[in-house]
Amino acid sequence: MKMNGARIMLECLKKEGVTTIFGYPGGTVINIYDELFSFKEIRHILPRHEQAGTHAADGYARATGKVGVALATSGPGATNTVTGIATAYMDSIPMVIITGQVPTPLIGNDAFQEVDIIGITRPCTKHSFLIRDVKDIAMIMKKAFFIARSGRPGPVLVDFPKDIQVAQTEFAYPETVEIRSYKPNLEGHPRQVEKAFKMILESHKPVLYVGGGVVLGDAADQLTILARRLNVPVTTTLMGLGSFPGDDSLSLGMLGMHGAYCANMAMTHSDLIIAVGSRFDDRVTGKLATFAPHARIIHIDVDPTSIKKNVRVDLPIVGDVKDVLVKLIKQADKSKDKVSEHVAATQAWHEEIADWKDKHPISYKNSSTIIKPQFVIQKLRELSDDDAIISTDVGQHQMWTAQFFQFNRPRTLLTSGGLGTMGYGLPSAMGAQAAFPGRQVITICGDGGIQMNIQEMATLVQNKLPVKIVILNNNFLGMVRQWQELFFDKRYSQTCLELPIDYVKLADAYGAKGFLATKPDEVEKVIRQGFAEPGPVIMEFKVAREEKVLPMVPAGASLNEMVLNA
Amino acid sequence: MQHTISVLVENEFGVLSRVANLFSGRGFNIDSLSVAPTNDEGLSRMTIVTRGDEKILEQINKQLNKLIDVLKVLDFTDGSAIEREMALIKVTAEDESRAEVLRIVDIFRAKIIDVTPKSYTIEATGNPVKIDAILELLRPLGLKELVRTGSVAIGRGSKGWKG
Repeated sequence: MKMNGARIMLECLKKEGVTTIFGYPGGTVINIYDELFSFKEIRHILPRHEQAGTHAADGYARATGKVGVALATSGPGATNTVTGIATAYMDSIPMVIITGQVPTPLIGNDAFQEVDIIGITRPCTKHSFLIRDVKDIAMIMKKAFFIARSGRPGPVLVDFPKDIQVAQTEFAYPETVEIRSYKPNLEGHPRQVEKAFKMILESHKPVLYVGGGVVLGDAADQLTILARRLNVPVTTTLMGLGSFPGDDSLSLGMLGMHGAYCANMAMTHSDLIIAVGSRFDDRVTGKLATFAPHARIIHIDVDPTSIKKNVRVDLPIVGDVKDVLVKLIKQADKSKDKVSEHVAATQAWHEEIADWKDKHPISYKNSSTIIKPQFVIQKLRELSDDDAIISTDVGQHQMWTAQFFQFNRPRTLLTSGGLGTMGYGLPSAMGAQAAFPGRQVITICGDGGIQMNIQEMATLVQNKLPVKIVILNNNFLGMVRQWQELFFDKRYSQTCLELPIDYVKLADAYGAKGFLATKPDEVEKVIRQGFAEPGPVIMEFKVAREEKVLPMVPAGASLNEMVLNA
Repeated sequence: MQHTISVLVENEFGVLSRVANLFSGRGFNIDSLSVAPTNDEGLSRMTIVTRGDEKILEQINKQLNKLIDVLKVLDFTDGSAIEREMALIKVTAEDESRAEVLRIVDIFRAKIIDVTPKSYTIEATGNPVKIDAILELLRPLGLKELVRTGSVAIGRGSKGWKG
């Protein structure tokens, strides 16, 4: 049957199993919206800003593991998606972003609402397509989804000119896709895996250093089995939180700039670092010259460019992390005696780590008069459901969440780790809630970031998405203020937000509920009230204004040079 | 160290900007870049001359391979390739320098492709070192204009890349 391009686009989405998209209408996508009007298989959620729509698609993807889909019009609609695309790109989130474009004959003429969005997003997309013929739509969409979700996932942009949306052709969706220049290497080389296993058996001080790749590769179970089988301690990056149970005795928590003392000391003293789906980011390694001076490094990653980019690697294994972990588990199964010997040989290492854990656990000084932000996080963990999904913005509250909200399951923390995007928390929670209407979805924000996408309150109320918004309000841009306190002689240049906002009234204005806690003994009550509400809620906590995130590795310092109290 | 890299790419819209963007975005150098279709009209071949230590070259190689449209990357630095470049050189040629230019052209087996009473235009082909050498000799005589193609490279031996 002949259909127009706009309809074909929707049929393609349906074929890819897409049930929810986040989009914003405009002149060059009006034909798609016209088709969508009667296309009941796809739920369309209308954010109040295209950036938020893109973050929502990202949150949807992170929470489900499926490809998130965002739609925007040309020009400003498209440029508004850029922060969302860059956020997804840095954290390797599978997404397809469809942007309207001016009609093909007008491209390049500076037409109304024309922008070269492919050019603008080239450095922050995994790939992009400009559709130039209605007959190409189906194959391009098939490729876009394939590229977005395979190998190291990432956002793919499809630019869709208006005249192609109107043009007609027969619709047939390709069954398979083959791109001769794109063949990600998914299977870890068996010889390399054997070597890795041998190195593990030879080590006395091994550490598993785990990143977001394990979450993205749905390999949390395999990682947990391997770590327990070999009795190797596990530290995770911010993106890796949830890939290994935080309450397991082998867990060292997060490492890096605001990581646990024991995790950073373990990296510094280790003789074998097994990096799984992590990329030795500068926030993780600290000063490179003194990073892990005694360790041999095994690096398992699906993306060869991650290997040896920042640190030397003794044994690279390119492949899907799940495939490699399964192969390592098989090795362990084959040599049970050797594994037992190894476990016995690492006993002293575990004692050393236990000492570090005891000496400087992640902690804070609570107060009976003023709300400590860490206390709110602990209470949230205590009172929320086990499978609650948490999203954050970026800054102090994000680090406190990472430190004090013990994540035990993958895909329960949605946070902008690589790009560090303020304004990510609320819309990403919105996306996750759209995917899981029955689960508790909580976004933890500061009073800075929440303002960057606060308009999405309207989307929550309109679409009955009962996201619980937690605002840790210190009336500061807290993380920058912390740096100013520690490194700039307390010169608080432009970090005090000064104007207090009445968030209870704000919630009310959007038709949601708002609760406020100003004293520690009100914290639990407010959380309970918020959780009991059937709809979206703002819970505002006036917290200690100058509380710092500690411990901290100052920028440029070595991992073992942590500021523990300041 | 200078490296000559051949990159076989899908002849797709925007592929040159993807490659160029990669180099600028990650701070890699491009000394020269040439690109044209191959025998297989769906493919183009780029020859990129770049610089960097071993670690940077490894990244360049991997990052190029990561681009969806890149089919193959080959680093020819080990001397396994023949490299050629062409230069078109417009040089002042009056009075006694006319004969000198001709001598230089002859020595380098270059060709005169345009003549005026005041100038010669020369076509010179060879590996980039040879081009540099002829330019060094012509420069004192008055170089009016210079166009270089950048290197192209092909592997030695009977084995050929597809396309």
